[in-house]
Amino acid sequence: MKSNNKSLFQKDLLNEAFRQSFVKLNPRLMFRNPVMFTVEIGTAVMLIVSLWTLTGSSDQGSFWYNFTVFLILFLTLLFANFAEAIAEARGKAQADSLRKTREETPARLADGRTITSAALKKGDIFICEAGDIIATDGEIIEGLATIDESAITGESAPVIRESGGDKSSVTGGTKVLSDKIKVKVTTEPGESFLDKMIALVEGASRQKTPNEIALTILLAGFTLVFIIVTVSLKPFADYANAPITIASFIALFVCLIPTTIGGLLSAIGIAGMDRALRANVITKSGKAVETAGDIDVLLLDKTGTITIGNRKATQFYPAKDIDEKQMIRAAVLSSMSDDTPEGKSIIELAGVNPLSYAVNAPRFIRFSAETRSSGIDFEQSRIRKGATDAIKRIVEKAGNIFPEEIEAKVREISGKGGTPLVVSENETALGVIELQDIIKPGIRERFERLRKMGIKTVMVTGDNPLTAKFIAEKAGVDDFIAEAKPEDKMNYIKKEQSAGRLVAMMGDGTNDAPALAQADVGVAMNSGTQAAKEAGNMVDLDNDPTKLIEVVEIGKQLLMTRGTLTTFSIANDVAKYFAIIPALFITAIPALQSLNIMALSSPQSAILSAVIFNAIIIPFLIPLALKGVAYKPIGASALLRRNLLIYGLGGLIAPFIGIKLIDIIVSLFI
Amino acid sequence: MNTEILGIIVMFTATLALALPFGKYIARVYGGEKTLLDPVFNPIEKVCYKISGINNKKEMNWKEHMVALLTINLVWFLLGMLILMTQQWLPFNPDHNPNMSADLAFNTTISFVVNCNLQHYSGETGMSYLGQMWLMFLQFVSAGTGLAAAAILFKAFREKTTDQLGNFYDFLMKSCTRILLPLSLVVALILVFNGTPMTFEGKDQIVSLQGDTVNVSTGPAAGFIAIKHVGTNGGGFFGANAAHPFENPNYLTNMVVMFAQLIVPLAMIFAFGYFTGRKKFSRMIFGVMTVGFLLLTLPNINMEMNGNPAIAAMGIDDSSGATEGKEIRFGAAATGFWSIVTTVISTGSVNGMHDSTMPLSGMNELLAMMVNAFYGGCGVGLLNFFIFIILAVFISGLMVGRTPEFMGKKIEAREMKIAMIIALLHPFLILVGTALATAFPAQGASTLNNPGFHGFSEILYEYTSSAANNGSGFEGLGDNNLWWNITTGFVLILGRFLPIIGPIAIAGLLANKKYIPESNGTLKTDTATFGLMVFAVIAIIAALSFFPALTLGPIAEYFSM
Repeated sequence: MKSNNKSLFQKDLLNEAFRQSFVKLNPRLMFRNPVMFTVEIGTAVMLIVSLWTLTGSSDQGSFWYNFTVFLILFLTLLFANFAEAIAEARGKAQADSLRKTREETPARLADGRTITSAALKKGDIFICEAGDIIATDGEIIEGLATIDESAITGESAPVIRESGGDKSSVTGGTKVLSDKIKVKVTTEPGESFLDKMIALVEGASRQKTPNEIALTILLAGFTLVFIIVTVSLKPFADYANAPITIASFIALFVCLIPTTIGGLLSAIGIAGMDRALRANVITKSGKAVETAGDIDVLLLDKTGTITIGNRKATQFYPAKDIDEKQMIRAAVLSSMSDDTPEGKSIIELAGVNPLSYAVNAPRFIRFSAETRSSGIDFEQSRIRKGATDAIKRIVEKAGNIFPEEIEAKVREISGKGGTPLVVSENETALGVIELQDIIKPGIRERFERLRKMGIKTVMVTGDNPLTAKFIAEKAGVDDFIAEAKPEDKMNYIKKEQSAGRLVAMMGDGTNDAPALAQADVGVAMNSGTQAAKEAGNMVDLDNDPTKLIEVVEIGKQLLMTRGTLTTFSIANDVAKYFAIIPALFITAIPALQSLNIMALSSPQSAILSAVIFNAIIIPFLIPLALKGVAYKPIGASALLRRNLLIYGLGGLIAPFIGIKLIDIIVSLFI
Repeated sequence: MNTEILGIIVMFTATLALALPFGKYIARVYGGEKTLLDPVFNPIEKVCYKISGINNKKEMNWKEHMVALLTINLVWFLLGMLILMTQQWLPFNPDHNPNMSADLAFNTTISFVVNCNLQHYSGETGMSYLGQMWLMFLQFVSAGTGLAAAAILFKAFREKTTDQLGNFYDFLMKSCTRILLPLSLVVALILVFNGTPMTFEGKDQIVSLQGDTVNVSTGPAAGFIAIKHVGTNGGGFFGANAAHPFENPNYLTNMVVMFAQLIVPLAMIFAFGYFTGRKKFSRMIFGVMTVGFLLLTLPNINMEMNGNPAIAAMGIDDSSGATEGKEIRFGAAATGFWSIVTTVISTGSVNGMHDSTMPLSGMNELLAMMVNAFYGGCGVGLLNFFIFIILAVFISGLMVGRTPEFMGKKIEAREMKIAMIIALLHPFLILVGTALATAFPAQGASTLNNPGFHGFSEILYEYTSSAANNGSGFEGLGDNNLWWNITTGFVLILGRFLPIIGPIAIAGLLANKKYIPESNGTLKTDTATFGLMVFAVIAIIAALSFFPALTLGPIAEYFSM
């Protein structure tokens, strides 16, 4: 289902966008974009003027000249509409393809009836067995199942979902591979996150983001300046006895106002959300993507993000005078009933089958938060395995001595980032098991990249401070929260926010929900609980904790694309002035020929060339608007220099060349 | 090296060298630190505050500041109208000058209250000494108003998050007594020693070599002229302004008053750096302003020294430059330099006739006022520049992939709205004013002495000078009539107070926002790259909007020569 490699323009999308370009000419829709709205007025005026020239009046120039100007302006409008329409169509197509997977799936209700997924309401309960496609988003209320989520995430390894806890959410369209679950529907039809996302992309409910509003104000301001410039030129020209035709006035105006960015602005915004969707992130608002670009602090869970899954046992260290075999036996036996990955890795490291030891009538002691140890009791043996201080307490309570060399080993292991587990038998410490975290390859480079972007990374872990510090240094994160409880995350976020920083985090559990809501950008994993998904402002379908990094880059790209195209658009004005101003006055004031530095062939050709350039630059820049300007983490000043050079200087020079070339072609016809 | 050029370089360098320590001093003054002048002025100030019942310790937010500023300006305006319209009957009128008409008094008072000093009257015949002294008072307080407004801006960017921006009356009083008054005293003394009159006697009489008796106007001129430059006001005591031998007797005084008009605007840039602890940022501002200033000045000096080709074509030697409308005692270079100093800074005093400068020199003078932010007037220059910074921050902030922020504060829709209105205002006032004057030739254009492109430049100049609160005239138009007095009067008010309120509102709003600490991803605003961006914004927004108008004025004149 991953579709990152689709070409920018697909045929069916083009057709739809083409149709929409005309629909969007409706002035009521156009009014939302002040820049293009004024172009539409200008276009209407030019249509009237061309018709007027048909009546025989000749002081406005020939019909064909006026009509050509009208046509070019009309094209400018269509191009701008097309940009928006193609962005919408692409976003919708992406969302639709995700949605299709979950339509028309039969759902078996608890009472035995079978209905289509579309008829499911919030609160309904349905049953899924091995081989079934899950009808809609919901929460498992009973049972456990392995589920193939590849339809949504593209990840082929099946995942386990079970009732209760943080992995209880299932997504419509995914397939149950084994076992049987009861699922409670959590959303009304048409209100799932995907539905909301589609609505965001469609014109009707799309809200302008705060930054888009501010930019629109800037562009509207420019438009007003140029209205004043153009209107006041009328009496100036009359005073200088240099009458100007209506076509020239409108051409001057349309060329000066920032039509390039004005025409592409909404396309850029939609494309930002679309890019997020292509990265399999559903955003609940355009603002969230924008905010992602501003993030100062990233909270990342250690497990799964920085380290690969879980810790593994790497070494046994028996105490002095203790036979290694004896210690390994105790370690293995204590891990027999421990089905955590750590427990399993101990047996793996020992390479001994636990059943090979003779054990009669064992009684397993489960791990609990109070004892912080687990183990096994049989015959005369009481084997325990647990945190150092927990075992130390047991040993010392019995009046035995906790060996100095074990304490030293424990410190050494913690110091290099490992987790020590101490094993005891009958209240005598036998030795230490070392567990180590494996840091994901390439993660250090990613954090380095983030640091260059100005983002502080914070590792959240349940480890003790010593271990946390070691891993933090090894992975290259800037800060860490050790022995983290859910409220620690919340407090950290609040602390950073009160210092004015924007914080992003990723989470899945219900106890993450308050922090997800508090964070400026909260990305909930799709596998997480409904509460977590409701609290965050994005949902990651891939459940990939490193996704935050991509989200931040998408946000930055979005803002940069706006900025660079605005710069480009405004820089274009210089060349357009030099094309049109001499053309306006050369007939009446021949001396101004010296201002015609591009040596354009005639006033009419100069004006047409400028307007044509102004129109065709929009489709030229549509790919850039959709793909976004490439973000390079080279520091803000270097980035500004780079973009100023490309889009500022480029915007200054490009139209000089473009207008001159167009003039050479146009002059063949005039 | 040419002594004329050397003189300019020495003067400019000396001013720069003095501006740094003076800026440090200004920062101390607004920071409420002790200064040498405290023992002299503190008791006087205390009496003033006691009489007026003003509490100068009360911290104000930006709105309270603006209310105070507008109220006190209104009081000065009303008093001014009263004095000018009744001066004939009031004391200190030895030359028996008549009362001013209502429209001329309106224009004159407004123009002195707003630090513009567009003068549609001649000092010798139109103003009593009492009137002149009131105008002199206005020259102090209007410059003080601008400086106090800038001090609010300083304060807004020093604190992390606050709405306590100091006290307006305190800033105003300190601006006048600690900054303007001491400087003016020094300048006035130099002027007096060089022959500028300072007397309350009426007209003097001399008998010329021909035997004619000539009445020579004098008056309390030296004090007036000192503050006219120090406060970047520019209103002359005599009609001919700084070209008059009593106002500007010789080359030395010419250089001294040029220093006087440059020193405060330059020092304010550095004061901002010292006050907020952002010296590098103030160097960026200084750099951008100076590049803009030099780009306008150098061509002017060059063009004026090269002389007028039309005169040369007649076979007349113009090796001393284009001397029409210039005083020989200053020369072409110093006059060309002055023409830009007085227009980039909103002084508007002239030591030669701008109407007679070369066409493109005239264009540069116009551009200097259209931009109005390369140094700019006392305090207000920085405020104008601030608007361009906000616009540049917005665009370049986006270019580095963050929602724009300036000095740790987010720039959002509200600030953009204000910045855009202020950026719009200047072209609006100038272009609409000029458009009206050309559209109704019976009112505006008919008063011109010159037809064609040059006449158009004269109209454009008059409104540009008004909107920029500059006050210099291209002249060549009969400006004392109802049309010019009223229209320019309104342009003056709008062109003064909105560009003060706008930036202060933005600063006040920003000061109230949460402070965002800087990171690697934050746009640095104290770099050359950002300076270039600000310059580009100024060039494209401020200068290019006037390109069509300039084409029909000075550019067409230049190419037709």
